[in-house]
Amino acid sequence: MDRRIDFNDRKLKIVAIAEEKSTKQAQMNGAEIMIQALIRQQTKYIFAYPGGASMPLHQALRKYRDEIRTILPRHEQGGAFAAQGVSRSTDDEIGVCMATSGPGATNLVTSIADAKLDSVPLIAITGQVPQSVIGSDAFQETPMVEVCRAITKHHYMITNINDVARIVKEAFHVARTGRPGPVLIDFPKDVQLDSIPADEVDLDPPMNLPGYKPEIPDVATEQINQIIAAIRRSKKPILYVGGGCILSGAADELLKFAEKAQIPVTMTVMGLGTFPGTHDLSLHMLGMHGTVYANLAIDEADLLLAFGVRFDDRVTGKLDEFAKHGKIVHVDVDPSEIHKNKEAHIPVVGDVKQVLNSLNAAMKDSDIPDTAEWHRKIKGWKEQYPLAYADYDTEIPQQHAIETLWKMTRDRNPYVSVGVGQHQMWSAQYFKFDKPKHWLCSSGLGTMGFGLPSAMGVAAAHPDELVIDIDGDGSFQMNIQELATLVCEDLPVKMLLLNNQHLGMVVQWEDRFMEGRRAHTYLGPVHKPEALGDGSGIVGEEIYPDFITIAKGYGIAGQRVREKKDLEAAITEMINHDGPYLLEVICPYQEHVLPMIPGGKTVRDIIIK
Amino acid sequence: MKHVLSALVMNQPGVLAHISGMLASRAFNIESLAVGETDIPEFSRMTFVVSGDDRVLDQVRKQLEKIVTVVQVIDFSNKDFVERDLMLIKVRTEGTSMTQVKEMVDIFRAKIVDVRPHQVMIEISGPEQKIAAFVDVMRPFGIIELVRTGRIALTRENIEKPALYDLQPVNAPVK
Repeated sequence: MDRRIDFNDRKLKIVAIAEEKSTKQAQMNGAEIMIQALIRQQTKYIFAYPGGASMPLHQALRKYRDEIRTILPRHEQGGAFAAQGVSRSTDDEIGVCMATSGPGATNLVTSIADAKLDSVPLIAITGQVPQSVIGSDAFQETPMVEVCRAITKHHYMITNINDVARIVKEAFHVARTGRPGPVLIDFPKDVQLDSIPADEVDLDPPMNLPGYKPEIPDVATEQINQIIAAIRRSKKPILYVGGGCILSGAADELLKFAEKAQIPVTMTVMGLGTFPGTHDLSLHMLGMHGTVYANLAIDEADLLLAFGVRFDDRVTGKLDEFAKHGKIVHVDVDPSEIHKNKEAHIPVVGDVKQVLNSLNAAMKDSDIPDTAEWHRKIKGWKEQYPLAYADYDTEIPQQHAIETLWKMTRDRNPYVSVGVGQHQMWSAQYFKFDKPKHWLCSSGLGTMGFGLPSAMGVAAAHPDELVIDIDGDGSFQMNIQELATLVCEDLPVKMLLLNNQHLGMVVQWEDRFMEGRRAHTYLGPVHKPEALGDGSGIVGEEIYPDFITIAKGYGIAGQRVREKKDLEAAITEMINHDGPYLLEVICPYQEHVLPMIPGGKTVRDIIIK
Repeated sequence: MKHVLSALVMNQPGVLAHISGMLASRAFNIESLAVGETDIPEFSRMTFVVSGDDRVLDQVRKQLEKIVTVVQVIDFSNKDFVERDLMLIKVRTEGTSMTQVKEMVDIFRAKIVDVRPHQVMIEISGPEQKIAAFVDVMRPFGIIELVRTGRIALTRENIEKPALYDLQPVNAPVK
């Protein structure tokens, strides 16, 4: 170990010498070119955790600190999710995270996989051991390109200082165009330290991507007319819209189209916000925990306009039964999504915004079908099966906490991020979003611990907006170390922690499908009766851990409430507090997320009670 | 159903691993895969034989096209093409069997490329069925070892060529 420290010291000296040299002959090293190239790509902040193989990069970040803000997370995974927070909540910024080689790099992997499944543009930069020792099982060596191949949109290892600027430019281009996704840049330390004369550095070099053609030609008029003909002939049309609509920036066009054609809209969990949740035409979310009326409408529809969606199993349940009465129009920017899970009758490879624009322009009043009967039917379903939850005398059910938070903050149009589990689904159900990009949710990968760090990234990108992390006690503890980042980097995230002392979603499945046998889903001490399912259903006086004290230790104010009458005042205090704030709400643990269509089943198997 | 696909890819480290990894992780069944450089050093050509229905083929093609280092994918279904496979095979030749082996080599227009006491090495190329038939014919003599390149294929028409050559990097040799 001592020898390694010596080695690092020596490297440091080399950096110092290189820096000295660069001032004399105006040299730039690879790390400096990288940071300048990031700045050139409009990167305003980077979430970076240093280590041996990324130290030159951090030296460069220090040098250019007036041009780019470096935020130090307390765990690389936190930094990588914060970077996603930037991408997910802004229109054109791309989140950038950085870690050292080996363990630092592998800690980014979960967020990279997460970004891939949710089509989030993300640049992940990892230090790598010097090329001379690559493949020798060197200290902190991990073959990151190998590890990340299947979970990135593209990946690079930089082997030559002359490629640095081109690779950064290409990485941003690939990450943001077409169907967006994460790009990994693995950067060996020797290339970071190599240097070339500053006047030879071209920060805007030509790209070399002969195989990458993200430009999608406009959808042909014939296809637009085909869709319009299908709408004209339909009696029960429905729009099924997802993340693709948000990525395409099609919210305004969608609203115009839905209103003009009077077609009801249901959204995937990725699509929430692309259509106003409070609009009369909104059927809210569909799928496993979607509304009954959305799922019934999908089941009965004679025309399914599937725009920017991928027929995920959490949406469709049993594939053969999904929308089986309807003609399917599938519009997606990624050709491989068309026919992947479900055969489309009118397959359209194209940009959703352009298609909606063309539809809006080409659709005549005579093309609008008479859907009065259809709307009456849907209205009936809405009245018969509204979203509902059990009332308690004093306890605060999670749904009530979320609904109250929504009602109290809706005029401020807050950004909301969530962890994964029951609180996530209840947030999707009870927090109504009227604008896209305000809802941050690890949807495809379902990563617990996503909420706090991604909110951190949103707070960095939108310093004057209200940013709320709605979290569960399980998810919250998976990245709880980021409380330090909130304080040290001035990121005023508000945290609504719904604490039921259990892994609620797994508990729900145990209750529904495994006769309530608790198997490691209680988060308190193992000798408590709850650990084997013998609790009362109500969380007792003893809460483990003491989150308020933990927050206090990190320098964050907070309070715990367990009675309904105290909730509103506590939320007001949280919102008005200057800086980050933790509001812990003790909730019952026997609440289930309903409605629920069990995996692989259909709307006829829906559980309402 | 078997389908032949050909992909023009950037000749860079890791491209083969990327493609084979994608095929494996999406559980596509690949019967044969052959890779080699092309006349443009920046590009390599990969030829795949994929088994599955049209939907599988469609997904394989689209997933290949999504890989950034894949420049072009050609589906050979419904195209007129020539396909070849090259095999080297070592066969026992004890007693009088040498004459019989030699006879079969002539019939199949194969070539004996090495002779040892009691064994010969034969080189044969041709379409899949021919190679398979030759293996069957050699089996009774005793196959010691064999190796195949996997199938390669080229369309008779050169419809793809102009588009392909437009894509060549600036430093590629001019054709």
